[in-house]
Amino acid sequence: MANMAQAIRMALHYAEENLGVTDVFGEDTGAPLGGVFTCTQGLKTAWNSPLDERGIIGCAMGLAFAGQRPVAEIQFVDYIFNTVDLLKLAGNTCWSSNGDWHLPMVVRSPAGSGIRGSIYHSHSFDSWATRLAGWKIVMPSNPLDAYGLLLAACKEENPVLYLEPKALLRIKGEERIPGEPADDKQLSKMIDAPLGDRSQWKPQWPALEAYVVPIGKGKTVREGDALTVVSWGRLLPICVKAADQLKEVGLSVEVIDLRSLWPYDWELVKGSIQKTRRVLFVNEDTEVTNFGEHLARRTTDELFYELWAPPRVLAGKHLPGIGLADPLEMASVPQLKDVLEAMRHAASLQP
Amino acid sequence: MGGRTARAFPGLPPGAGLCLSAPRMSRPQPKLVKTDKAGELPLDRALLVQMHELMVKSRVLEERLIQMYKQGHGYFWIGGPGEEAFNVPLGMLVKKGRGPAYDFLHFHYRQSATLMAMGEDTVGALRQMKNTASDPYSGGRNFAGHFSKSAWNIVPVSSPIEVQYAMAPGTALAQKRHGGDAITIVTGGDAGTAEGDFASCLVWSTRPGNELPVLMVVTHNTWGISTASDTQQANRDISERGRAFGMKTKRINGNDPVESYLELQEAMAYVRKERKPFLLQADVSRLYGHSSASGANFVNAEVDCLAAFEQRLEGAGVLSRAEMDEVRKRWTEHVAAEARQVVQEPPPDGESVWNHVFWEKA
Repeated sequence: MANMAQAIRMALHYAEENLGVTDVFGEDTGAPLGGVFTCTQGLKTAWNSPLDERGIIGCAMGLAFAGQRPVAEIQFVDYIFNTVDLLKLAGNTCWSSNGDWHLPMVVRSPAGSGIRGSIYHSHSFDSWATRLAGWKIVMPSNPLDAYGLLLAACKEENPVLYLEPKALLRIKGEERIPGEPADDKQLSKMIDAPLGDRSQWKPQWPALEAYVVPIGKGKTVREGDALTVVSWGRLLPICVKAADQLKEVGLSVEVIDLRSLWPYDWELVKGSIQKTRRVLFVNEDTEVTNFGEHLARRTTDELFYELWAPPRVLAGKHLPGIGLADPLEMASVPQLKDVLEAMRHAASLQP
Repeated sequence: MGGRTARAFPGLPPGAGLCLSAPRMSRPQPKLVKTDKAGELPLDRALLVQMHELMVKSRVLEERLIQMYKQGHGYFWIGGPGEEAFNVPLGMLVKKGRGPAYDFLHFHYRQSATLMAMGEDTVGALRQMKNTASDPYSGGRNFAGHFSKSAWNIVPVSSPIEVQYAMAPGTALAQKRHGGDAITIVTGGDAGTAEGDFASCLVWSTRPGNELPVLMVVTHNTWGISTASDTQQANRDISERGRAFGMKTKRINGNDPVESYLELQEAMAYVRKERKPFLLQADVSRLYGHSSASGANFVNAEVDCLAAFEQRLEGAGVLSRAEMDEVRKRWTEHVAAEARQVVQEPPPDGESVWNHVFWEKA
């Protein structure tokens, strides 16, 4: 199976060929590197930009104004912070012009911890992003969803922020992308750029097919009846692992992959909470004014009298950064043991 | 006198002498000849008359907007009185239309005269000042002077003073890819050049082998709100910054509409043909201060480009004082009548805040 970086690359290739994507660009996005995580290797519209994040977002907006379909990349989401007012501007362009303009543009950026990336290669942007009204925000947790969500993003007429959980970019999927060859080695040979001189290399793209994960649609990845756990991105597979472990000791946990943070699949979340009467929201962004808090507040507002326990949020610590040393990172963002403990605790609460 | 043919030009009220409200079919192509009487004004007489009328139209509009603000018919005023001598020629020279075959315009909030010169009706600006539901630029959502018009490639003007410089390379890239002679025009003030986006535009417009057709304009009024520019930026001539990037640059007197027209024509011709950027600094006045926040009162200490131009027109025998007074009277009455109508128009419905958060296919 393809890993997430390959899935993203194949989605961008499909989008170049079939969805009108005109520019895949950012720092080191074009040849020879094809992205620091290899996500843009071999793409015909990929090009390298100046090391200027504001210029990247601004250029994407300009391209979209002029009828192009750009997919811009911010190399690490830690570096998107100096573009926030441009992101705000992109998000309010349709609204402020009373519908006169709209911006079909995608911004991709690797986010979150898990690669021992220290203070400026580990940050999350999930919660910040959800404050950017006018943007659609997605974050896949596996290669097939990465492919499907990116196709959906490239078909969108509005700005889409596509957050890539960087710790999962090298993880292979469990489901095949339509058109992906059966043999992983064959896929690698076809689309992974060789080491060394790449000047003559050209990818051999498989005959990819459309597969769209609609923006705004979550997915129930484990069914259970004692507790609902809602997560996304890097912590989703950790939640699944924890749920599987707890199932072995008789605790039945339902796990929802939100996939889209805005708009989000409230009906799916709500239905699950009404079934289990307990909910835990898990993500790795810092915990104060965390998006999980919004979900917890909405749960309280709408489902208070149906709950058997207060909604819980497990998130990253409210710290200025994520330290490099292993114990520092592990103490900063939720780990498997933290998720297990939070699940057990949430499931144990009684009215 | 040379060039007698009265040109149809846009945006004048019904019944105006030279003016027609029909859209202009092509950009003016004046003969650069000296007139008999207007020896010091090396432009076609009809063009001079047209420029004057558009400057009056713009000035009257801005003064009406200020009046509306002071009468409580708007919460805030910001605009461009004092920049007409530059902004009118700019609008006259724009290749107007939708899409990459036409000029893209990334303006700041002092650009009303450019829109007026492009043929925009005055009533839209009044509606935006009154934040009515009928405001054609933002539906009552944004300040005065914050124009948006996709039909003419005018991207939404926003209050940040620098962001337009970051976006301009994107539209220019699309235009270069498209082919043809359309260019991207981005404008801002001198204070905004302290922001990093100005440097971004310099860098992105001059990538070796990927130079872009961007006309970068800085209208230099020597002020950043209340702060004098010479207390904050050591570079007196902002246009010089372009030279470090190999750009063609020029500093001009933006208070002179004739110089502005000729220099803009030359700069735009270069960008259209060579598909490379040009940095143009136009020194202008700021005649009513930064905005209503600073009182919006007339400033006597700065050159009034319209008064100065009228003196020259009269001296050269292009227009008489009486003719020019008539032009102003006609526009004043026209805009006043529109304002009386606009103040009766309803604001947007509160529920409309949910409209256009996202764009959806009709």
